[in-house]
Amino acid sequence: MTRRAVLKVIATTTALGGAAGISCAEPQEEPSAHEALSGFDPLPPRNPLAAGTPTDPDLLAPSVPWDFVLTDEERRLASVLADVILPGDDRSPPASAVGVVDYVDEFVSAPGHEELLAMVRGGLVWLNRTAQERFGAGFADISADQQREICDQVCFEPAALPSLKPQARFFDLFRDLVSTGYWTTDEGMRDLGYVGNVPLPSFDGPPPEVLQRLGLSGEDLE
Amino acid sequence: MGRRQERYDAVVVGSGAAGGMTAFILAASGLRVLLLEAGRHYDPLRETPMFQLPREAPLRGAGTKDKPFGFYDATVDGGWEVPGEPYSVAEGSDFLWWRSRMLGGRTNHWGRISLRMGEYDFKPRSRDGLGFDWPMNYADLAPYYDKTEALIGVYGTNEGLENTPDSSPGVLQPPPRPRGYELLARKACRRMGIPVVPSHLAILTRTQDADQLPRQLFPGNALAQRVTADSMRGRAACYWATPCGRGCSIRANFQSTTVLLPPALATGNLEVRAGAMVREVAVDANGQASGVHYVDGETLLDEFVGARVVVLAASACESARVLLNSKSGLFPDGLANSSGLVGKYVMDTVGAGVQAHVPALAGLPPHNEDGASAMHMYMPWWQYGEQLAGRLGFARGYHIEFGGGRRMPGAGAFSGLEPLTQGSYGQQFKDDCRRYYGSFLHFDGRGEMIPNEDSYCEIDGDKVDRYGIPVLKFHWKWSEHELRQAAHMHSTFAAIVDEMGGKTLTPLQSDGAKAIARGGQIIHEVGGARMGESPGDSVLNQYCQSWDVPNLFVTDGACFVSNADKNPTLSIMAIAWRASEYIVDQMAQRNIG
Ligand SMILES: Cc1cc2nc3c(=O)[nH]c(=O)nc-3n(C[C@H](O)[C@H](O)[C@H](O)COP(=O)(O)OP(=O)(O)OC[C@H]3O[C@@H](n4cnc5c(N)ncnc54)[C@H](O)[C@@H]3O)c2cc1C
Ligand code: SF4
Repeated sequence: MTRRAVLKVIATTTALGGAAGISCAEPQEEPSAHEALSGFDPLPPRNPLAAGTPTDPDLLAPSVPWDFVLTDEERRLASVLADVILPGDDRSPPASAVGVVDYVDEFVSAPGHEELLAMVRGGLVWLNRTAQERFGAGFADISADQQREICDQVCFEPAALPSLKPQARFFDLFRDLVSTGYWTTDEGMRDLGYVGNVPLPSFDGPPPEVLQRLGLSGEDLE
Repeated sequence: MGRRQERYDAVVVGSGAAGGMTAFILAASGLRVLLLEAGRHYDPLRETPMFQLPREAPLRGAGTKDKPFGFYDATVDGGWEVPGEPYSVAEGSDFLWWRSRMLGGRTNHWGRISLRMGEYDFKPRSRDGLGFDWPMNYADLAPYYDKTEALIGVYGTNEGLENTPDSSPGVLQPPPRPRGYELLARKACRRMGIPVVPSHLAILTRTQDADQLPRQLFPGNALAQRVTADSMRGRAACYWATPCGRGCSIRANFQSTTVLLPPALATGNLEVRAGAMVREVAVDANGQASGVHYVDGETLLDEFVGARVVVLAASACESARVLLNSKSGLFPDGLANSSGLVGKYVMDTVGAGVQAHVPALAGLPPHNEDGASAMHMYMPWWQYGEQLAGRLGFARGYHIEFGGGRRMPGAGAFSGLEPLTQGSYGQQFKDDCRRYYGSFLHFDGRGEMIPNEDSYCEIDGDKVDRYGIPVLKFHWKWSEHELRQAAHMHSTFAAIVDEMGGKTLTPLQSDGAKAIARGGQIIHEVGGARMGESPGDSVLNQYCQSWDVPNLFVTDGACFVSNADKNPTLSIMAIAWRASEYIVDQMAQRNIG
């Protein structure tokens, strides 16, 4: 270790406020904040010691070892529903723009998730059928108001009609998947104001405006 | 075959907290040591995913059957199940056993919470008539707590609280600044008379004093001083990012693989053999331990190594298993088991938790709360007086661990919000997520379990693992003390959340059986080869030495007599250090080996 000198701390503290993830360990001109603050070498890009088995995967270069099973049509519908759940606005893009459907597909395709896959597939079919019966077109092709009319019936399980409980559970699961898929993207984390995962020379605690908002002062801080 | 027939001064089985400490102290004292580890080699400097994001991992890093605590968790070949190494649980019992198969064992991913047991904790029976007393006092172990804390680096403060010992001056590292929600909780708890103080975690908040500390730790031992100083110089201070549970490639937190094994290897006296699953301790005609038999994970061949002293440090239940499986004509019931107590009185920690939403924390201006990734503050047990007076309905205490706030969004982000959002979706849901982000806290009680006769492990005669070694069968039962304590935790957390103006999201249980975690689930399993005053009522003496086989030692949590609410690992290491010095001393005097 310690090939790079610690004296580069000052040089890179300016870079600290920047990019959230510094996971790519390409050799760089400037030492990363990790190197500057710790004196340790750049982080390695892959792990030669991992066996590559499910209980010992390469944590440095992760990969998804299973195939995705949703059909194009299912993905199209899933993508539309994802945007109904997390639409774009002035702070961040819609779910479909940040690959949320890929996460949904990855999740329902995973080994052991067969029941959840059936639940999602069945839910998507139900959305389409209901749209057709009520509005004469598939879920993707009806208006936003019409989509909401359908979703309102199933968005809250305790309030759903007994006959629609399974669909409400589908909606619940789907919303959870979209939420995880969305907020874990760079865009999602930025929108929430998650500003960590960057090495810092010191941890200073909450800034004054946060203390003020929390009503903390004087002896509360001692 | 040559090297296999070599005879070592000591063979140490297991490379976690106990094995790492034992191997280091023995090697630094000049003994020739072989360390056998069932798992694979593991090097945190080359394989820790420090900054990798959830979105880069399968299922956004969610816990799975193969990686129960998340994709990036530093557990290799382990978790609630180890491939090819089953265990059984007796009918009517509920027990979970967390293991890992890697150099450094569970110290690679443990929570780093490092609390000392106090004076009361060594003499619980004398105090309230329940359980058993230790054959030593707090004062006996205090110097080893000091040394262990100084060596590994533990942050915290001395608060002078009852049964929550202070460290000697200068031993602890400075604690990190509290986060906003920690200050808010402290404000509420102060009104309730509950102490909220800096937690103690095995994390460097500044680099260690490599010039002074090694001399204080190892007076008169130049070799130990040199390797310790070099090791300390190679450790960085925490840089306030990246979860400790993934391990720490800059060696800022404690792992056996970053703090104990490097200086141990640097002595030149230690050999580490990974992929070596020990199945039995061998004994000679005089009833002395002569070495161990292990299965080589690669060749699947049985190997033998000879040693003057054998130290088991394979983790509490695993060490009990080796002893029980070491049957011979001289020791038909297993080795070191003349008391019949091997495997008996296994304890875990009582756990119960509550999730809460605290509106005051909602919608705060963005700021970095990563800190040392784990807690900066905690609540030590505070009702000793009430309890001793019999007013609580349960005999032992618990501390509170809490966390939450503006963490990195991961798998499950904003799941299960429906009770708060009434099932919102669309723009409303997006705004709800933004608003609620950072406003969730969890409170977890960690309480003392009193040892009982119904909680133990034995060999399951019907099952072997992939090495052909008979496996363990667990029996488990909580007493009313633990159940009432768990219910008390729930009501305490509800009161704290209420005082903070928040709302609990977990159903509150007045029935402790519904609040309490499963046996083993808190992963503080200890006992199974307890120490004591005499061979009749214990397996080991206070130096972890078998009464029956004087050159056999068990330096892990198996030796525990009680399991205070203080997470066990710091005590395991302090006890292992003390035992190791005793081994060196006894060997020098030719009393053993
Ligand atoms: C997620 C998590 C969080 C935790 N948090 C905390 C905490 O905050 N504070 C705390 O005090 N404790 C905590 N613990 C508990 C802590 O990890 C253990 O107390 C500690 O690691 C025990 O040390 P040990 O050396 O006895 O066992 P281990 O660390 O488990 O090491 C035992 C080693 O022996 C090897 N082994 C087993 N059997 C054999 C055999 N037959 N032959 C050869 N090798 C063998 C194993 O492969 C393993 O590497 C936590 C545990 C977990 C899993
Ligand atoms: S929080 Fe600090 S000690 Fe923990 S892994 Fe990150 S850098 Fe290491």
